[in-house]
Amino acid sequence: MSLTATSAEVEAPPAARRPMSAAEAWGLMMLAPYVLVFLVFVVYPVGYGLWLARHPASYVHLFEDPIFTRAIWNTLAFLLIGINAKMLIALVLSGFFVTERVWIRWLSLLFILPWAVPSIPTILSIRFMLNPEWGIVNSLIFRLTGDDGPNWLNDPTLALAFSMVVHVWKSLPFWTLILIAGRLAIPADLYEASSVDGASSWQKFRYVTWPSMQNLYLTCTVLSMIWTLGDFNSVYLLTGGGPADLTHVLATLGIRYLRLDQVDMSLAAVVCALPLVLPLVFFMMRRLAK
Amino acid sequence: MRLSLRAITTEAKLLLIGIPVLIWTMLPIYHLVLFSISPKDSALSGKLWPDHPTLDNFRKVFLQQHHYLDHFWQQMWNSFVISAATGILTLLVATLAAFAISRLKVRFGGLVLNLALFTYFIPAAFLAVPMYRTMGLYGLLNNQWALILAMVTIASPYAIWVLKQASDKLPHELDEAAVMDGATPLQIFRLVYLPLMAPSLVAVGTYALLLAWNEYLYAFLLLSRDTDVTLSVGLGNFLAADDSPWELLMTTGLIYALPPAAIYYVFKRYMVSGLTAGAVKS
Repeated sequence: MSLTATSAEVEAPPAARRPMSAAEAWGLMMLAPYVLVFLVFVVYPVGYGLWLARHPASYVHLFEDPIFTRAIWNTLAFLLIGINAKMLIALVLSGFFVTERVWIRWLSLLFILPWAVPSIPTILSIRFMLNPEWGIVNSLIFRLTGDDGPNWLNDPTLALAFSMVVHVWKSLPFWTLILIAGRLAIPADLYEASSVDGASSWQKFRYVTWPSMQNLYLTCTVLSMIWTLGDFNSVYLLTGGGPADLTHVLATLGIRYLRLDQVDMSLAAVVCALPLVLPLVFFMMRRLAK
Repeated sequence: MRLSLRAITTEAKLLLIGIPVLIWTMLPIYHLVLFSISPKDSALSGKLWPDHPTLDNFRKVFLQQHHYLDHFWQQMWNSFVISAATGILTLLVATLAAFAISRLKVRFGGLVLNLALFTYFIPAAFLAVPMYRTMGLYGLLNNQWALILAMVTIASPYAIWVLKQASDKLPHELDEAAVMDGATPLQIFRLVYLPLMAPSLVAVGTYALLLAWNEYLYAFLLLSRDTDVTLSVGLGNFLAADDSPWELLMTTGLIYALPPAAIYYVFKRYMVSGLTAGAVKS
């Protein structure tokens, strides 16, 4: 059932003229706890935040801070490169995981682990693997080449790239799972018919799989972009925003200002993220309402 | 059975994807395990398997034999209590709301659902700063209720959405029959609705519980006393020092990661169907 239909049904009856039924009263009472949570922990904080962030001076300060402009570019790079790479890999892997083999089924059980376990231990593990002195990556490089490897997280570009790698590592299983569900929903006789016609596997993908999946793929990409805008863990736990605050994204930057007790800057940074977030959110709401 | 050349190439191609996928997935987790069973010196030597594997690190963590670990059990308990409370409260709030919206067709139900969905899409990291400020105003900072209520706020919208979707699939005749028998909405809720919704309730409860267990950002913003924080914040505190005992950090991390992994596998069936149905509907 669609969202628009629901609201129409709810608003349609001339409720105001009719005395409230017992069911209606129960309904309102049952809705009350969530409405209360929403008002107290969403509406009031956001409203108060916007009120605190109303001074133009905060925005002037913000745009004068080179760390902020850098964070904007990092965020965009994360969205465009990180997300699209992740979704493409997820699309390919969803095809791999629907292949029927016993060992692939076992592999799929392990594959979900990065998503199921908490971020902090695994990201710290990756962080230590990249440690220039003791990390396992540079140990292997030393053993193979006799040279010291690079100080991975000390180079802003590499550090940001590894933040994206961490993000992909963590959230790839979830999106692969969703795309697997999408593939399994495609009727098998479409594939049988194309086999009879002698289609190659690329042609099957091009003419059967992709047309049925492209809407799902787009929705997933947009949703993933929204959430990645708020991905604090991948960057904060791997690089801490460093070196020299060059790998911050908007999500970590807001918290950095907060920790520095620059609350108005922090809220201004959140407000500046809205032009990126809101169009995507409205796009998602419309898709779900269809 | 005859293995044709074609079948062998297909299998080889699959392995060519499967082996990198296995290494990619397991490497950071294996690294965690490797550190937890390595003595301190061996952990830093870059070996792929320790010469003398040991469980000594686990003993040290369980006996809290390092000043970073002074509150290990307390923090583990905090994580447990906060996640359990989040799971229960989210279930309570979301089930009532979903029932009112989907079964009682309450006025403004559609509007509330839309607002909830909107909240679900807004990244939680952007809500963190305003929420931190208002928790201060409410006098809840450094109180575990702040974290519980924040997690309920974040988990509820999605929970309501998933439960509403599942609830719409229940036949209306059930409610009508119950009303004919003179049941009140509360009786329908308790005797008809809850039993039928059990699988979705398990999925949603587990989702909220895991969300709270795994949370780092809100936990470290809203709580600060070593005896109040969850284990994730305790782990994050290891980062502060240069001379952190990495083998103990990894061991603690592994212990911290085990319950969610176990819970996931136990409830896998419910989780996967609930998530794939709710996360993206198209």
